[in-house]
Amino acid sequence: MRPVLLIDFGSTYTKVTAVDLETEELLGTSQSWTTIQTDIGEGLADAVAKLEEKTGPLQFEARYACSSAAGGLRMITSGLVPELTAEAAKQASLGAGAKIRGVYSFELTEDDIEDIDAEHPDIFLLTGGTDGGNKECILHNADMLATCKTDFPVVIAGNRSVARTCAKKLEGREVHIVENVMPKFGALNIKPAQDKIREIFLKRIVEAKGYTKAQSLIDNIAMPTPSAMMQAMQLLAEGCENPDGSKETGIGDLLAVDVGGATTDIYSVCDGMPRAGMDTIFKGLPEPYIKRTVEGDIGMRYSIHGIEEAVGTGYISQLSGIPEDRCREMIDYLGRNTEVVPTDAESEALDFALASGAIKTAVTRHAGRLEEFYTMNGIAYMQTGKDLREIRQIIVTGGSLIHTKRTGKIASAAFWDPQDPFSLKPKQADIWVDRSYILAAMGLLSGYYPGTALRIMKKELKKDGYQE
Amino acid sequence: MEKKTLVLGVIGADVHAVGVSILNRAFLDAGFDVVNLGVMVSQEEFISAAIETGADAIMVSSLYGQGELDCRGLREKCDEAGLKGILLYVGGNIVIGKHEFSEVEKRFKDMGFDRAFPPGTDPQTTIDCLKEDFHLN
Repeated sequence: MRPVLLIDFGSTYTKVTAVDLETEELLGTSQSWTTIQTDIGEGLADAVAKLEEKTGPLQFEARYACSSAAGGLRMITSGLVPELTAEAAKQASLGAGAKIRGVYSFELTEDDIEDIDAEHPDIFLLTGGTDGGNKECILHNADMLATCKTDFPVVIAGNRSVARTCAKKLEGREVHIVENVMPKFGALNIKPAQDKIREIFLKRIVEAKGYTKAQSLIDNIAMPTPSAMMQAMQLLAEGCENPDGSKETGIGDLLAVDVGGATTDIYSVCDGMPRAGMDTIFKGLPEPYIKRTVEGDIGMRYSIHGIEEAVGTGYISQLSGIPEDRCREMIDYLGRNTEVVPTDAESEALDFALASGAIKTAVTRHAGRLEEFYTMNGIAYMQTGKDLREIRQIIVTGGSLIHTKRTGKIASAAFWDPQDPFSLKPKQADIWVDRSYILAAMGLLSGYYPGTALRIMKKELKKDGYQE
Repeated sequence: MEKKTLVLGVIGADVHAVGVSILNRAFLDAGFDVVNLGVMVSQEEFISAAIETGADAIMVSSLYGQGELDCRGLREKCDEAGLKGILLYVGGNIVIGKHEFSEVEKRFKDMGFDRAFPPGTDPQTTIDCLKEDFHLN
């Protein structure tokens, strides 16, 4: 047996997953409270003890961890035009697994600086202007950032003509210059910024947040948890090469939904651009191949009212079969008592409707849209965002969903809807459910043993057998 | 001397792609940096692109006859967005029907365009105007 331990320090729970590299089997999973206030190692030790109760004692040959504890990787970004460099900066940060606490466009004001100080981000991403383009905005913003009272590293990824000047203005702070997130108009170049963010996370954040006490217990804190999720999703979609040169196939383009108590994260792995031969013109920034969006107002408990606002009480009442007044009453109760899990048919029906509403809303926001135009040459279409209609695989994860019964039905809320035909959502798909909650762990493992991680995922993500 | 940057596109719900490609080539060959937004470009897109790239001129093409409606208010929006004094050019079949071009030109100049060009203008004419307006040569 060659056991490996994979650890996810979450904001509430420390989750551990053990796999055997020899048999490529999942040995077990377990969790305990995250103990960031005292010593993060305590919660970890407790989780491992619980795991070993199930599996027997394990001699781990390696221990790898990802983390979203202590607020995760909290970032603020600034750019120039909202839908251009400010959007590129946001995409870069989300893709690096950050929790975005603010996105600013145009010139920062004194009020903004006060807000930034109050937020005290882990990293600030400063962008604006294409290479050789606008200089004034990023220079002004560097001047303003220099007046911040709190200290945080600044990553400069804007107009290269003035990157050095910006760095000088920020002298005395930790500053990193990387390639522009938008070097040419309309070109997205987010990887250099992401790599730098990852590097700072490893070097500085991990230490600052008290993980060092656990350093002796683990080999490496590799990345923020959302990055681990993204790596798992990319591997699952694309497949990988085995050491002998043969190919371990993936399942193809996919969409993943992670419905939590406070937020709903959506991941898509696909090109999503208009297909050749169609009368469709693409507008806006090119979309990242692996895209992550986070809906901060959509979640099953802390953000329960956000779901209600987005889909309406009528929708929840209709899906759950519970009268609207009673729905409102139950939603208020759950919003106040966030730890409550469904115990009877009524509360199960409500959670079913809420989860459907969460997925419908978050996937609609993630997916692109078409607009119809009548031109002299007939109808033309304009696409913004990613076209997900050809995606045939949907992955469902998140504590709120993996225990539900009608998960396939819930996931179908992600499908293309004839009532909203211009929203580019998947037309049909197989639903895969992360029953054992192992995706982030497999993303971690994929950095070292991709073939093993992929085969375990394919085995464990039991197909729900739901198709439409 | 720094290269001048032009933002180029076909305004409105107009899908005529050939002319704008020819202009793109001609302006590049003449030594300009060109941000070609292609077809079906809204006023807002022209402005956003010009802000982000620090452009020196916005070059509006229109071939389907609705140019006058599409162009209305562009100068005011540029002013509002902080692009005060940016050069605005327009060219193509910019109005429907037969009109004396001097009349059409006046209408577009009243709307805040620096130059307007009739159908069939040689790209070199426009390039010469740009050089004159930028005080190149």
